[in-house]
Amino acid sequence: MKSDIVLAGVGGQGILSIAATIGMAAVDNNLYLKQAEVHGMSQRGGDVQSHLRLSSQPIASDLIPKGKADIILSVEPMESLRYLPFLSKKGWLVTNTTPFVNIPEYPDMDKVIAEIQNQPNHIAIDADKIAGEVGNRRASNIVMLGAASPFIDIAYDALEEGIRKIFNRKGEKIVEVNLKALRAGKQATEEAIAHMN
Amino acid sequence: MQKLLLLGDEAIAQGAIDAGLSGVYAYPGTPSTEITEYIQGSKIARERNIHSQWSANEKTAMETALGMSYAGKRAMTCMKHVGLNVAADAFINAAITGVNGGLVVVVADDPSMHSSQNEQDSRVYGKFAMISILEPHNQQEAYDMAYNAFELSEKYALPVMIRITTRLAHSRAGVIRKPMLDENKSSLPKDPTQFVLLPAFARRNYKHLLSTRPDLEMVSTESPYNWLMDGHDKSLGIVACGIAYNYLMENFQDRDLNHPVLKLSQYPMPRRDINHLIEECDEILVLEDGYPVIEELLKGYQEAGTPIHGRLDGTLPRDGELNPNIVAAAFNLPVEEGAPVPDMVKSRPPAMCKGCGHIDAYRALNIALEEYGPGRVFADIGCYTLGALPPYNAINSCVDMGASITMAKGAADAGLHPSVAVIGDSTFTHSGMTGLLDAVSEKTPITVIISDNFTTGMTGGQDSQALGHLENIIKGIGVEPEHIRVFKPTAANLDEMVEIMREELDYNGVSVIIPRRQCIQTLRNKSLVHKVKELGL
Repeated sequence: MKSDIVLAGVGGQGILSIAATIGMAAVDNNLYLKQAEVHGMSQRGGDVQSHLRLSSQPIASDLIPKGKADIILSVEPMESLRYLPFLSKKGWLVTNTTPFVNIPEYPDMDKVIAEIQNQPNHIAIDADKIAGEVGNRRASNIVMLGAASPFIDIAYDALEEGIRKIFNRKGEKIVEVNLKALRAGKQATEEAIAHMN
Repeated sequence: MQKLLLLGDEAIAQGAIDAGLSGVYAYPGTPSTEITEYIQGSKIARERNIHSQWSANEKTAMETALGMSYAGKRAMTCMKHVGLNVAADAFINAAITGVNGGLVVVVADDPSMHSSQNEQDSRVYGKFAMISILEPHNQQEAYDMAYNAFELSEKYALPVMIRITTRLAHSRAGVIRKPMLDENKSSLPKDPTQFVLLPAFARRNYKHLLSTRPDLEMVSTESPYNWLMDGHDKSLGIVACGIAYNYLMENFQDRDLNHPVLKLSQYPMPRRDINHLIEECDEILVLEDGYPVIEELLKGYQEAGTPIHGRLDGTLPRDGELNPNIVAAAFNLPVEEGAPVPDMVKSRPPAMCKGCGHIDAYRALNIALEEYGPGRVFADIGCYTLGALPPYNAINSCVDMGASITMAKGAADAGLHPSVAVIGDSTFTHSGMTGLLDAVSEKTPITVIISDNFTTGMTGGQDSQALGHLENIIKGIGVEPEHIRVFKPTAANLDEMVEIMREELDYNGVSVIIPRRQCIQTLRNKSLVHKVKELGL
């Protein structure tokens, strides 16, 4: 198996927690993993991305080649479009629809959504709203991980276990909220797909 | 054994800990910061009492590590590429003194300048110092190299450089550990003159350094990190250095690679393998992340002999980081790129955080300077460098750590008035103090703004050596107390700040203005908040 995932968002939105959770799940399942992160200057509100590669075979490059990503997992709608050149023809664009507006010329939201819907395989959900409903808007990143989980070749239980390990230090309450967020995200995607069919 | 999921930086840190490290010395700098941070957070490191507190700058770090090596222990110093410029004096001379305990110098380069002002290649420095350079291609190799580098350093009594680039520094993968070694016992150098670089001793040591060349080359030839892969298509031979090897192999996952490949991760170059490749191949392609260091060596000045391709002849771009697609292009391989980026996608540059004290300081400065016109603010390296961007457009330079104060002085000497420096607290204690002394010695009319947020902000909130010492240092350097002005930068204080700045811009001597408010990113750091309170700041 192999899953090449481009994680996208804005510095501070928590894509590294998504990556850490998948990474934990991958290691526990004896998969090979490479995950290139962005640290430093861009973390100050700039666009950030992480290339996450999982495989049952050894992985060569830390970076995903253009056109090879199976998933773009974005916690911000405009950022999801920035990495389209990396998405394979059969790949899925999975994105949050709540914008993070910290630049003056942020594009018109209707146009952003239209462009997302223009992609052959896409899931667009309001992760901030869903995270609020499960109890903490800051868990929107994990809602998005849940939303992408049906496309990632890792058992859902393993992701849950990853959440437990990654958030363990922050207390049982935070673990529970994130598990709920994960489930709610997965459910949102399943509903969206049922709707398509 | 359970694999650890480690960044390249962290793999180096773990490798060093497991090799019996006794101290790491560093100043934060992207992409090297996480090496030291990992050791600071390591339980074993705490139990062993491995030194890991931050140093004032890379030069003090390098020298302190050399001192630990002198005393027989294994020491490591870590920095970003431009940090090696700061430490260069100590670095080059450490190759002349040689070492006692193993000394490993880790330098993280930043091709494509993700968080830097240039993309210099530290392998040039390693060659300059005439020491062994290790350049891992993946996280496991980064671990293994750090683990083995101390022994190599002790065997030839020379420092060893580990050179990585941003991509490996900040990419995570599984790493298997080796058994933990004991720390060295303290011991003095056998020869009491080894570290005394008086010309007579230095000449002797330098001759010795030169005499190690064949040995270091032999070690590279026998290195487990360098290997030659045969291929039947000898029309082209490939030299793939460090992480570039990954990009090469990525392109040949599903297709045959029929050319001979020399995977190169230890320098000086293994002459036997290079000669072999050149003799049997019609042409050579060199893949390296950074400067065309090996390419230039192979090409030579006369460009006679085997054609060498790479960054110099346009086969690869002359600048910037490599990636799988760039390497694919060098082989004319097809790239099935996805949809183009829609025009509506706007760039999202980094910015100072909402509520940051630097913002309030810049607002006041811009107003205070209105009457004088633009072009008189020399800034420095840190979050406040982002003041160059709209809507602030507040600064006119960013060159190297500490250059704000000295450039302001030079411009003032040339007649620019007012001439203003903007520098952070941590950058000030890194390299600003000596420049301030120059200005005080001549009573040069400059206004220095030390935007004090109690931390090294841009790299993620590491300790600032200035904390609790700033005014004393400034007074000690000789700035007149009445021209040291401290205030809290907030929107409510704007008028007061502008007034203070106007007064000091008018002063015909050295003024230091300190807008002081804790970095909002560190407000959840309880021990820092407590310390700030204790100091009454």
